[in-house]
Parts: sequence; C-alpha cells; structure tokens
Amino acid sequence: MALNAKTPKGPLKDKWQNYLDNTNIVNPANRKKIDIIVVGSGLSGGGAAATLAELGYNVKNFYFQDSARRAHSVAAQGGVNAAKNYKNDGDNIYRMFYDTIKGGDYRSRESNVYRMAQLSVDLIDHMTAQGVPFGREYSGYLSNRSFGGVLVSRTFYARGQTGQQLLMATYQALMKQVKVGNLTEYKRHEVLDYVIIDGKARGVIVRDLVTGKIERHSAHAVVLGTGGFGKIFYLSTLAMNSNGSATWRAHKKGAYFANPSWTQIHPTALPQAGEHQSKLTLMSESLRNDGRIWVPKKKDDDRKPGDIPDEDRDYYLERRYPAFGNLVPRDVASRAAKERMDAGHGVGSLKNAVYLDFKTAIATYGKDTIKERYGNLFTMYKKITGIDAYSEPMKISPAAHFSMGGLWVDYELGTTIPGLYAVGEANFADHGANRLGANSLLQASVDGNFVLPNTISNYLSNEIRTGKISTDSPEFEEAEKTVTDQVEKLLAIKGTMPVDQIHRRLGKIMFKEVAMSRNEKGMKWAIDEIKKLRKEFWENAAIPGDDKGPNSELEKAGRLADYLEIAELMTVDALDRKESCGAHFREEYQTEDGEAVRDDKNYMYSAAWEWQGGKDWKLHKEQLEFNDIEVKTRSYK
Amino acid sequence: MKLTLKIWRQDSAKTKGKLETYNLSDVSEDMSFLEMLDMLNEELATKGERVVEFDHDCREGICGQCSLVINGQAHGHESHYTTCQTHMRSFKDGETIFIEPFRAKAFPVIRDLKVDRSSMDRIIQAGGYISAFTGMAPEANSIPIHHNIAESAFDSAACIGCGACIATCKNSSAALFMSAKVAHLAKLPQGQVERLERVAWMVNAHDDEGFGSCTNTGACAMVCPQEVQLLDITRMNYEYNRSLCVTN
Repeated sequence: MALNAKTPKGPLKDKWQNYLDNTNIVNPANRKKIDIIVVGSGLSGGGAAATLAELGYNVKNFYFQDSARRAHSVAAQGGVNAAKNYKNDGDNIYRMFYDTIKGGDYRSRESNVYRMAQLSVDLIDHMTAQGVPFGREYSGYLSNRSFGGVLVSRTFYARGQTGQQLLMATYQALMKQVKVGNLTEYKRHEVLDYVIIDGKARGVIVRDLVTGKIERHSAHAVVLGTGGFGKIFYLSTLAMNSNGSATWRAHKKGAYFANPSWTQIHPTALPQAGEHQSKLTLMSESLRNDGRIWVPKKKDDDRKPGDIPDEDRDYYLERRYPAFGNLVPRDVASRAAKERMDAGHGVGSLKNAVYLDFKTAIATYGKDTIKERYGNLFTMYKKITGIDAYSEPMKISPAAHFSMGGLWVDYELGTTIPGLYAVGEANFADHGANRLGANSLLQASVDGNFVLPNTISNYLSNEIRTGKISTDSPEFEEAEKTVTDQVEKLLAIKGTMPVDQIHRRLGKIMFKEVAMSRNEKGMKWAIDEIKKLRKEFWENAAIPGDDKGPNSELEKAGRLADYLEIAELMTVDALDRKESCGAHFREEYQTEDGEAVRDDKNYMYSAAWEWQGGKDWKLHKEQLEFNDIEVKTRSYK
Repeated sequence: MKLTLKIWRQDSAKTKGKLETYNLSDVSEDMSFLEMLDMLNEELATKGERVVEFDHDCREGICGQCSLVINGQAHGHESHYTTCQTHMRSFKDGETIFIEPFRAKAFPVIRDLKVDRSSMDRIIQAGGYISAFTGMAPEANSIPIHHNIAESAFDSAACIGCGACIATCKNSSAALFMSAKVAHLAKLPQGQVERLERVAWMVNAHDDEGFGSCTNTGACAMVCPQEVQLLDITRMNYEYNRSLCVTN
C-alpha cells in the first residue's frame, strides 16, 4: 500500500482552513447512530473522547487505570507551548513552526507541524475556559516562561504540574459527558486486539482487569490515544503501566509503525540506585539554567564532590559547547553524559551519574534565590534520595522519556487501517527526530480536542447508513480467539523467571545499544540478544495465578511479550537509517569532534514499517518536502 | 535489612480477608516502599504463588493511583508523602510492617490492597467541572485573574485524587477531596456560572455514595500529599450554605 499523507492543497498557512472548508461533516441528528471507541483517557484520548461526546456521538472510552484522571499526561511538569505572543517578543505561528521543525532535525511533516502551531492558540483559550489555573502576572494576565531550543517565551505553565492541570480539565470534561450520558467509561479495561471487517476497524477485544472476562465491543471507528512505549527500557521516566501494546497490536493488524527507534533520552533524571529500581524520576530541565554539570577529570575518583577542587573537575558541556554550555538540547546533553560515563568518569556507587552542581549559583545569587527558583525540585530530590542538594551536588543521569515514533498517520490522523486513528504520543506525526520541551502536552491536546474531531467526521459521514455493528461475526470470533489463546499460552508457561526480571534485561540491552548512541555491530548483537530473550520469556516466564480476576503479572507479561517484538523493530529501524539525526545518533556518522552528520540526500524520509506476519518488516518511505523552511545543520558550539 | 510484613490478602469484595505474614531479607535502604513490594512479588512469582495485588502507576507522587495504609497510616508515617515516595530508609532493620488497603464503605476491595475508588469519580461527575465545550472559549487574556487568586485556585486544584484523606478520616468523609474541587472552581471567574448548582450536586452525590460526614478533626489535611488546606472545607460549607440561601 502506497503512503498517502493526504496533505491539503494551498499555501502552508491555508491548508487547515482549506481542509475544514472541504471536509464532510455528520448531521447532528445522525451522530447518535455512530459509535466511536476511544482508547486512553489522557490529553489526547480523553480530549478526543470528551469532544466527540460533546458533538453528540456515542463514545465508549477504555483505559486500564482505576480512573481517567491517572493517565500519564498527569506527570508532565514544565508547560505547554503556544504562539500567543503575549510577551510581544516576536513570536508567531511561523516561528513556532520553524523552531519545532528545526528542533526535530528536519524529519517531520511540514503541514502537520504548522497546524499544531496554529491550533496552539486555541488550546490555551480552551484550557483557560475549563478552569486551568495557569500562572499569572500581577496584572492578571497569563504568564510565560522560556524553554530549551527557542528564543522567545511561549511556554504556559501551572507551577511544575502543568500536565496534571491540563489533564484535570480534560478529566472534568469527560466526567461531564458521563453524567450527560454521551460517554460510557470502561475503567480497568485493557484493549488486547482489534477487529477488522472488510478492511475497516470495527471494534476491539478487551480484558476486564477486575473480572478477567474477555469482552467484544464494536464501533464505527476506533481512536488510539495510548501514549508512548519508552517503558520498553524498563527504567524510564514513564509510569509503571505505560505500555506499547495498544499500538503494537494495531500494527500487527495492518497499521504501519513509523520511526520506532526515535526515543528521547532526557538528560536530567535521577540515576538508578540499585538493581531493584523501577522508575527514574525526572528533574525538570529548568535546573540547567543555574546548575553546572561536571564529572571528575580523574577516572574512578572516589573523593566526595566537595573535596574535588575546580582544577580536577571537567565541566564537559561548557568545554564542548561554549556557546550553549549547560543549555544544549536534550539529545546533545544526554549523549555527552553517556560519553563521559563510558570513559570511566561516572559518579555515584554505580558510576552511572554526573553531578549537577549549584555551588556557583548559590555563591552568586544566594541560597534564598535558588530556593525560590527551584525549591520544590530540591524538596522532591530530598524526598527520593534523602540528600540535601543545597550542600552537595545532585546526581543526575539520562533516562528514556518520550517516543517520537509511533503509528504512521496521515494529515487526518488516520493510520493505514481505515477507521483506525492515532492521536498524541501514540502517533509519529509532529516531533521529527527530537521533541522540543513543552510540545508534548500541546500535541496531545491539540490532536484530541481540535484535530481528530474535525477529521474523523470526514470518514464517519460515510457511516451514517451502516447501522449498529454486530459483535457476532467471524471477525470478532477470530480476534477474541487470538486473545484467549495468548492468555492461555502465557499462563501455561509456568516458569521461574519473574516478568520484571526479563523486562529489566531487555531494558539493559536496549539502553546499551538502541538509545543514545548506536552502531551497526552493537545493534546486530542486540537483535540476537532480543531474540534469545524472547525465547527465554516464552519458555521460562513466571506468571502465577489465573485469568479469573485481577492478575497484575499476567497483564505485565502480555505487555512484555509485545515489548520483546517492538524492541526488534526499533533496532531494525535504527540499523536502516545510516545517518545521525536528532535523538538517533549513529556512531559511524559523526564529525571528527563527535557531532551528528545527517544525510538529507538519502534519508529525508519517515520510515513506515509494515508487519509481515512476524518475518522481516517491509519499509515504506514517506519522503519529506520542505518548501517553507531552509534546511540547515543544527549547531550548538 | 530484614523485614516482617503483615499484608492484607483478600480475594474479592465478596470474600473475607486476613493478614498474612511474609519475611523479606536483603531489602535495600534505597528502595522505595513499592519496590520493596515488587521484590516480595518477584519472590512469590518465582515460587508460583499468587502475587500481592496493589495499585500504582507513576511512582512519582502525582497520578494518585498508589494507596496503602502502612502501620495504620494512609501513605505511611511521613506527612504529605505518597506511598510511592516513601523509601525504606525510613524503616528500621528487623521491623514488622502492617500493610492494608485504604478502608472506607465507599471503597470496596477489589483484591488484596486494590480498592475501587469510582465513588470519587462520581462526585466529580455530579458537578466538578466547567461546562465549556471545545470551541466555545473566548480569548484567554479576556479573563484577567489576579495572581494571588490563580495561585490559590492552584493550591486547591493540586489534589491528586488519591483518597488518603478519606482513608484516614474516622468518618470516611470525602469532604477534603470534594472541597478542593469546589474551592478550585469557585475561586475562578470561569467557575461562577455553575457555582450555585455545583456544590449542591456534589454534596448530594457525596452523601449518596456512602461517605461519612465531616466533623473537622483535620486528620485529612495532615496526610494530604498536596497539602490541600482544611480551609477548603470551610469554603465548601460557605458555598453550600450560600447555595441553599440563594436557590431556595
């Protein structure tokens, strides 16, 4: 199947309006005849579900948490970008588009990115009307802060809990629709397969995580707002239950998966403290405004940080990148930390961290000022590590954070399966090879609230005569059997290796070879190791209990089974791309001083992979055209 | 460190539960409380025994999904921590730790330490929102809000909906949880239109769900991970009385 991005005609700035002018919509009286399944309750899924319900469709919302308010959008700290230009500092929609394309290292689709920048303006209005307590100036007007990779202040924030506040607004809108009766919630339900009838997505097979029952649900269209799969590394900034199964199982039903290997590794997370660690807590990027990052010049220097004099310290970011110093973009900062740790200069008992030191800042501005700026982060650091970062430097380390890759979607956010849509982090659309800070909340919300409800109607306008879709068909039967067979197969393993231990080992392989720095030899080794581990999983995973009620080990095992396949495709994708771009750094393609070398002639494309029944994937290329921006090399020297 | 764990095991809401004893050794001080439970579950899984079911997700104190009553205290002994932020360094070697689910009539046990907190969602469904549908919003800066009002609204809006306030309350009242939402929306100009109905609807839903009445002991505010203030309950009572006066 050839990829058709369905980009509307006309100048870049008019494309979305041209689309809206010409798209088909559904008569309000007919919307009640249409069922839509939305998977996920975060900013993208929840936003889509609430908005579609407001429009009058019958919406069924599935999610695995115990409440829609738990979706992982809740954890985003810093903010949400919008081209409001409230600061009068020269911001506009084009500049935001420009920053996002450049930040993504020229590997995203122009038309989608421009639309996201356009709709950012409406999003702030919407969230404000919903009651989000955004930070305000004393004048009463909305306040902005700066974020990495841009020269203007366009980030709106609600202290360090912006994601939580946007999610609460979305959750409240969902709850309103439950009350009105337009939306039915299916909490603690996990989607395990899709039903495709005559080539169209017509339903899902889910497992009720309380009763263990497998259920069939039909709809005229299915929307996935199921987030990213960074938890594949086991240790990551993601929530424990975040997973890639909803998108992966869609992939196995025919949805192409795009740029799977592009994972953002965030430079300022807390390091692993021991083998039993389950999660790496993020410390906001803003700390790099005043903190200086360093490691000891001597290898394995065991002195306490306070006993190491300045001449024995290597402020490696300031040394390598004098222009941007400690404020280089995330991918560059993470890679530089890895380089020092690999060379034997890591600190902490596991030698897996670097110092983030506020000594200079405290000496210059005083402790009170630093406390006012970052007090909540220092408190959080103390809660987790027990260490007072005013008196000794923080230890930080890179951690897997965000999936730029995801299901391939066209301009309408439709996957390659008609009637199946993907919104937010679950799709691949807007961030190219590296996401800018505060663009994640934006993309998720814009996709869910403003884009999808307007594009899905173009598809649904042909469904008004379809009528109720029966779940009593061979296609539903077959999909349900796939699910029940897998559950049985997992429970029959009865091995001795706990699921989390296998997951940790997968994480180690992936973090070593398919994360910040990649090379052909290492990745070929990784593919062999992944295959071996997959075999071991199916032979020796310890999954106690049964399928008659809650069974968290069974849930985790199903997700890990998928990760063990996703891992292979990630590696295949990273091997295929013989260039360095954004978060994808191939050691074979770098300058003499270790900077990324892109190959625009051969790799100016998004790689969309087609599942071929478990044998090698087939690559489809979406060539990227840049008509409204000059393609340049990123430099932070 | 070595620990003795007394953990509540219960198959479902319909069956009786009891405390089971587990011994765990080689627990590291650096572990979080939930990582200690992960360790126990790995040992159980290796032996083919059913693991201890508990709710958790973000493990950084913001999603509100983790619960647990640890040694009789909701989210453990450290004030304003969530269970996932609690670390083993605050326990002693050789200690016996009692681990139970959040208990309230409105929180039926699902299994072991997992409870059903849907009753809290239904309080929000009753009125805890502003009915501004997508597409209706005016320009954001057309609604100026004083810095201090926005900050105060944030303090209430910060509630993570974990339910510790309810689990710790001797009456199992959801007053603090509910008042945080009432106060958040009542403080903002956007929340004025639905202000009178909202509080009445929410309070009625609260009582219908089987939550108890508030007797102002303040235990809730002592455990709240986001430090939502007791004053919000006063604000809610004001809003409720105002609603009765104006609408009747």
